[in-house]
Amino acid sequence: MSILHNHPAKAKEFVANDERMHWHDQALWFVREKRDRISKTIPEWETLRKYADQIKSHTMANLDKYLLEFEKNANAKGIKVHFAKDAQEHNEIVHRILSENNVKKVVKSKSMLTEECHLNPYLESKGMEVVDTDLGERIVQLRNEPPSHIVLPAIHLKKQDVSDTFHKEMGTEKGNYDPTYLTRAAREDLRQKFLDADAGITGVNFAIANTGGVVVCTNEGNADMGASLPKLHIACMGIEKVIPRLQDLSVFTRLLARSATGQAITSYTSHFHGPVEGGQMHIVIVDNKRTPFLQSESYKKALNCIRCGACMNTCPIYRRSGGHSYDYVIPGPIGSTLGTFRDPKKHKTLSFACTLCGSCTNVCPVKIDLDSQLYTHRQDLREMNIISNQKRLSMQFASWLMSKPALFDFAGKIARKVVPNLPKFMIYNRFNVWGKQRDLPDMPKKSFKELYKEEFGNDK
Amino acid sequence: MKVGLFIPCFMNELYPNSSMATLKLLKKFNMDVEYPMDQTCCGQPMANSGCSKDMKTLALRFVEIFKKYDYIVAPTGSCVTMVKDHYEAFFDEDDKDYNKVKTSIYEVCEFLHDIIKVEKIDSYFPHKVGVHNSCHGHRGLKLGSASELNIPKNNKLKNLLNLVEGIEIVELNREDECCGFGGTFAITEEDISVAMGKDRIKDHIDSNVEIMTGADMSCLMHMQGLINRENKPLKVMHITEILAGKVQL
Ligand code: SF4
Repeated sequence: MSILHNHPAKAKEFVANDERMHWHDQALWFVREKRDRISKTIPEWETLRKYADQIKSHTMANLDKYLLEFEKNANAKGIKVHFAKDAQEHNEIVHRILSENNVKKVVKSKSMLTEECHLNPYLESKGMEVVDTDLGERIVQLRNEPPSHIVLPAIHLKKQDVSDTFHKEMGTEKGNYDPTYLTRAAREDLRQKFLDADAGITGVNFAIANTGGVVVCTNEGNADMGASLPKLHIACMGIEKVIPRLQDLSVFTRLLARSATGQAITSYTSHFHGPVEGGQMHIVIVDNKRTPFLQSESYKKALNCIRCGACMNTCPIYRRSGGHSYDYVIPGPIGSTLGTFRDPKKHKTLSFACTLCGSCTNVCPVKIDLDSQLYTHRQDLREMNIISNQKRLSMQFASWLMSKPALFDFAGKIARKVVPNLPKFMIYNRFNVWGKQRDLPDMPKKSFKELYKEEFGNDK
Repeated sequence: MKVGLFIPCFMNELYPNSSMATLKLLKKFNMDVEYPMDQTCCGQPMANSGCSKDMKTLALRFVEIFKKYDYIVAPTGSCVTMVKDHYEAFFDEDDKDYNKVKTSIYEVCEFLHDIIKVEKIDSYFPHKVGVHNSCHGHRGLKLGSASELNIPKNNKLKNLLNLVEGIEIVELNREDECCGFGGTFAITEEDISVAMGKDRIKDHIDSNVEIMTGADMSCLMHMQGLINRENKPLKVMHITEILAGKVQL
């Protein structure tokens, strides 16, 4: 297969293991149900979503202003702010800061952005050790895999898989699948990494323009460890993470954890408003193909995403095909729209990995119009001539036929006469994808139109 | 009040009985219904495959054919959504004809529930029924409140079915999970589509449903295909067939 990515093929592999596929589906459905329950304990839930949408959309429309305000206020707090145009520049800036401080070992937490920029391999190629400290991310790091979910990076793995990985990489007892045992082992291993680290890199959930500080939400407290133990803290964020005021934060903290995991709040909502005593704090703000979204009427709202992962948990396709089937740093509905906008050719199957059921749009705490974005992508791919010729031609033919009612009626009549008398092999063969696992509907003797004519005459 | 009946192309060809049930149902409530003979397809399969440009003629034809009616009623949530939400690209913002069509087209349950406001349906159906809330009708047209939203619970299909004598409506484990039909999705993503359909069927069987019903024949056709292939103990029926009572031609 070429480098072009192909969702149906990857999905096929995932579905083939029926037991694992259903386990994955159940695990995520469990999270979605938790989210449903807790969101319904807040009477003003739908209003909160509206506020969140309005705050984000307002901020994006005035992004330059808020970024500058943020920079000014952060500087005043002794934080150094850097701007990077793309992943390369981001990595270079991070590397420069690290090497200026003679850093050899880095602990990292909570950052899909560094994943997007491929920071780990970059720093490793420069001889540094980078350890992901979120448990899930640590597991996939040890396995040399990308995360398969933005909040639950190792949700595709069972405890047996984790145990095997830990046994191989950390020397834990073979065949011990006890989650408590495994978590303890990971924690012990990580504790030493924290103590040895020269620097901590974290992501950013929200950057507050009017205070100049950043907020990181975690359940394991590891961002705090990484940002406080070493003297050097680098926070990496995309330009879209900024919000105007501290007051706005409460709208998002109320929505984020509930949408993500069905918790009322994440265990740690940590505010970083300056370096630790005698240390340094840097913030690297990256564009990396984000500004084109601001100019796009159809897709700009995708930038409002707060990365809660709710759209993945609810997506019936994601649940059954797994995050790796999307082959993009962010999977699921939001990943499909982000990926397709950024590289339509490479990700041309993603907007079709969707039944347009609309559930993602309903769960999204910032009300991103995910399903209509995916619908629009399909039209754009056709315009760019990226969809297959076969599809285009058959749809052109269908449209032509449908604009000729008499011909269409005639075709239907023939089909109803011919198909029931065909031998089975002519109907069920490899060209009939529908019929591989599904029976075709029985062909009725007459169409509705024919029945109607018989009973009521041609009374139009 | 003149009602134009819109029967989607595949229902016309493959499901004449459900289509006829829709007509009879409307007549049962004394509607002056007419079926325009020149209609074909709303263009949804093309648009969902990205080829909405190619179906412009179909959109124009549709509006031309149906603009003269006070109401347009169709036994399918998804084709109605197509006309309401996706025809905009082909018409000027203030196009009188399209705006009329857009605001007067209804899915048949929605029409009975919101426009005629039926309170009595003379029908008897002594079976355990599971309602498949197909996504375009359910979330698109809001025929029922989606489980994701924090809004008062309501379901127009169930409200209507509750008027049927003898019926038992069964609660499913996942009340509004997608069945995986999704138009051309059923072909291009065959494996996921089939897996989703099977799960949806299993939910009905696990909940002791005898008849699965819904307001979109396309979703039901997909699941019927799976049921028949595996000889599962479940029947599928379009909701109009239940509401219309015994349909005699
Ligand atoms: S698109 Fe919405 S639901 Fe999905 S991750 Fe982003 S904020 Fe959450």
